[in-house]
Amino acid sequence: MQDEDFMTIRLKVNGETHRLVVEPRRLLADVLRDDLGYTGTNLGCEHGACGSCTVLVDGQSVRSCLMFAVQANGHEVMTVEGLARNGEMHPLQQAFWEKQGLQCGFCTPGFLMTAYELLQHNPNPSEEEIRDSLSGNICRCTGYQHIVEAVQAAAQTMASSAAVPSGTGA
Amino acid sequence: MKPPKFHYFAPQSVGEALALLAEHADEARVLAGGQSLVPLMNMRLVHPGVLVDINNIDELAYINVWDGGVAIGTLTRDATLTSDSTVAKRLPVLRDAAHHVGHPAIRNRSTVGGSIAHADPAAELPAVMVALNAEFVARNLSGTRTISAQDFFKGYLTTDLKEGEILTELRIPGLPSRSGSTFVEFARREGDYALAGVAAIVALDEDGTIADARLGLCSVGPSPVRPQAAEALLRGQRPDAEAWAAAAAAVVSILDNPLSDIHGSADYRRHLAGVLTKQALATAAERAEGNR
Repeated sequence: MQDEDFMTIRLKVNGETHRLVVEPRRLLADVLRDDLGYTGTNLGCEHGACGSCTVLVDGQSVRSCLMFAVQANGHEVMTVEGLARNGEMHPLQQAFWEKQGLQCGFCTPGFLMTAYELLQHNPNPSEEEIRDSLSGNICRCTGYQHIVEAVQAAAQTMASSAAVPSGTGA
Repeated sequence: MKPPKFHYFAPQSVGEALALLAEHADEARVLAGGQSLVPLMNMRLVHPGVLVDINNIDELAYINVWDGGVAIGTLTRDATLTSDSTVAKRLPVLRDAAHHVGHPAIRNRSTVGGSIAHADPAAELPAVMVALNAEFVARNLSGTRTISAQDFFKGYLTTDLKEGEILTELRIPGLPSRSGSTFVEFARREGDYALAGVAAIVALDEDGTIADARLGLCSVGPSPVRPQAAEALLRGQRPDAEAWAAAAAAVVSILDNPLSDIHGSADYRRHLAGVLTKQALATAAERAEGNR
């Protein structure tokens, strides 16, 4: 069954389940973009050097150009389109906008997904931790300073909004 | 930049994977984390007819205490090495080295066994395994064999692994109680391939002199370098700057064929190897003193 030229797979992307038929050689990035229309995931180098195509698979950041779509069969994928809720930008997106953490925007989805994973594990990262975490993403416009500031600002926003509901305790 | 066609199999057990490798013999490649193989396929530098994807073989992903050291399943991700408490406690050199493997999104996929089997001369983990006197377990349809790290790496991207074999486990003996270890490297940018990297393990005697020292270097030759002459110089010496300098000079003197490329000349890599040897030994000795 698995050695046919095409395979039927099930991908859950940003909460929505898709069944599709793909060739094993198709990269996850290409299937997300071309078959499913999640064009927020950008392909830069196609060999794992630039980080633009970073998405989350089961909550972990991966290069979607270094993974075959068949390998994501049955797994949950989150792309940059999954960040906004009910038309409201995610605090990271808002902060990238306000701090001018982007210029041309091509690398931004990869930065957002990488930073999203960082803040999930480490809600209050130091500047060094932010830079270390983002070291695998290349931006040719900003010089990174504003991106680091945006991640710091987003961490603050997320910490203060998280503190509101639990603020009644001691 | 799209990979060529291949037949794809995703077995659930090592036995199944071995049967597939035997059936497809020289056409088949094992797909582990894919962080080296898939770029090579995207660039059409390799074009295996069959991929045997081992990512669903859960029995290959573990870190166990073994004979005072650790036994690591080859599908263990590098990200796990950076955060695992057993590794941090018993083998900080492994944690330090794993942190230098690519970037977070790479380490979430890349596997320890993949790095060993790929045998890139710039890879950190092969050099660490050589310094740690690790042994590797390889399995084929007729049985298993163990290979010492020293004998495993044969040259540029070349290992002792035979057709039809899969690496299943990496066994790393424990370190003496009063010992310390670390890994340091220099790369142009964080996460890039290192221009040189050094793993160091230092064990101290009761009287504070060096009982044993071991070194493993990456990126300074076609395969990991274990400079045994430098290690011999250190035994019985006081752990001080003079000893580190003597060992570094001995390391530099045996490096006859480091790569010379756009990123750094052979001479520069040799120089870095000496500097990093001193740094790694000093940190390992400091940690050993802390482990009194």
